[in-house]
Amino acid sequence: MKERIEICLSGAGGQGLILAGIILAEAAGIYDRKEAVQTQSYGPEARGGASRSEVVISNNPIDYPKVIKSDILLALTQAACDKYVKNLTKDGILVADSSMVTQIPSISAKVYQFPITETALKKLGTKLVTNIISLGIIVGLTEVVSTEAIKKAVCARVPSKVKEVNEKALLLGFDIAKDLKSEKCEDKY
Amino acid sequence: MNNLKKEKNIKLLQGNEACVEGAILAGVRFFAGYPITPSTEIAEGMARRLPRLGGKFIQMEDEIASMAAVIGASIAGLKSLTATSGPGFCLKQENIGFAAINEIPCVVVDVQRGGPSTGLPTKPSQGDMMQARWGTHGDHPIIALAPSTVNEILTLTIKAVNFSEKYRTPVILLLDEVIAHMREKVEIPTQKDIEVIDRKKPTVPPEEYLPFKPDSDGVPPMANFGEGYRYHITGLIHNYKGLPTSNSQEIDAFIRRLHNKIQKNVKDIIINEKYFLDDAKIALIAYGSVARAAERTVKLAREEELKVGLLKLLTIWPFPFEEVNRLAQQVDLIIVPEMNLGQMVLEVERAAQGRCRVVSYSRVDGELINPIEILGKIQEEISK
Repeated sequence: MKERIEICLSGAGGQGLILAGIILAEAAGIYDRKEAVQTQSYGPEARGGASRSEVVISNNPIDYPKVIKSDILLALTQAACDKYVKNLTKDGILVADSSMVTQIPSISAKVYQFPITETALKKLGTKLVTNIISLGIIVGLTEVVSTEAIKKAVCARVPSKVKEVNEKALLLGFDIAKDLKSEKCEDKY
Repeated sequence: MNNLKKEKNIKLLQGNEACVEGAILAGVRFFAGYPITPSTEIAEGMARRLPRLGGKFIQMEDEIASMAAVIGASIAGLKSLTATSGPGFCLKQENIGFAAINEIPCVVVDVQRGGPSTGLPTKPSQGDMMQARWGTHGDHPIIALAPSTVNEILTLTIKAVNFSEKYRTPVILLLDEVIAHMREKVEIPTQKDIEVIDRKKPTVPPEEYLPFKPDSDGVPPMANFGEGYRYHITGLIHNYKGLPTSNSQEIDAFIRRLHNKIQKNVKDIIINEKYFLDDAKIALIAYGSVARAAERTVKLAREEELKVGLLKLLTIWPFPFEEVNRLAQQVDLIIVPEMNLGQMVLEVERAAQGRCRVVSYSRVDGELINPIEILGKIQEEISK
């Protein structure tokens, strides 16, 4: 794995991207004992508007805290996909929520598409866990943090009354990643 | 087993949360403020923490009132802090001047966002560099510290409180949206790991106390209101008793002492860090989140065998005049990257006194300067 990994989680305000970034950074920094920095960018709106959360993970101290070129990009809206896909490294990974992102520009990075929001609603009864399913998919596909670390980080950050559904969401994300890797169809979900 | 014993208190903290931790450790027990993005988490954190420690949190009607409350609490003996952003920092200026002339210890955190006016609430800037120095009117001394990591936010908040107590002066902690909202691993020190400085108290009985008569270090001992020492506090230039004076000798001595208590201690107050400056022919000078970009630029430049180094400022006021002057004698070129149209570069030019070329690199679109653009600027200047 590269010395410095840059992850961009992008979409709209209210999709839980900033929390997802915090959980990922906590998994890397606290539970995997690496260096990690999380930053964010959002507009003045409480909901809606563009939102992104950036995480940099490294074995060494991190100087520049933001993404220069993403190794991993999560896009939960078409607008975010269009905006940030240009900044993906050639051998990077794009995870796009096909419930929201219908057009993928042609890029050399590896593209994984899956209806994350739809599946969250169908399988777990709430769109609110879209962010955690996404984390499960990213970690399942890339092992950017250990599965143990991300499990601990999710449990530590989400409110206790929704812990169970979030744990399920994470495991669901792992399963989806497995299928995406082996290129099974989406019918199962 | 040993691991368990040595288990450190390491957390992923947001910059603003680290400021709260630092303030509590330094002994701050009073916060008055008016919440504003991107500083709000400091108010939230203080509201949660202070009541449990017997401290007080007040959300005031505006920034003017909150600065006044901070001053009042400090005179009554509590270490006091407030946090705001550019629009609120403007409003606090009048009372910051009052704190400066009356030598009232207090810390004002300004988390810089894009301006002028309400500007860009959620985006970073370094547009308040000069406001931190000259925001309030008249010849006044000020100390301003500018961290660039979450860990430095914690340690410099402690320093800010200590300096304010030691030198009886308002201290500005200048952050920006990036580092205030950024989360990084921080090892939270225990109380015994850190140095805490408290203001000097009078050693004479109330009837002999002269509230503005300095000791040999230029700083007068400070009695808390309510402890039997009755004295007058005014925004007018005052004598040792705290009463207004129009005696020109007293006025001159007062203003000079106010400045000298800071200027004579610049060795204690000025903090900075050097990266790869030993053999550098080109120097970057930066502070805050931009210093993080500049640090990476230095590494990228060294990979291309360019002799680039970085002077990272942690104290921006008083400005490290001597340090920059020496650097200007060593290097051929200084580049000053800033998230404004060139404020610190003016100080750098003044300090460099024409001994080397000084060039500004500005960005004002609400995004953090990135290392690649600074490298581009270096290459552009070399090819000139």
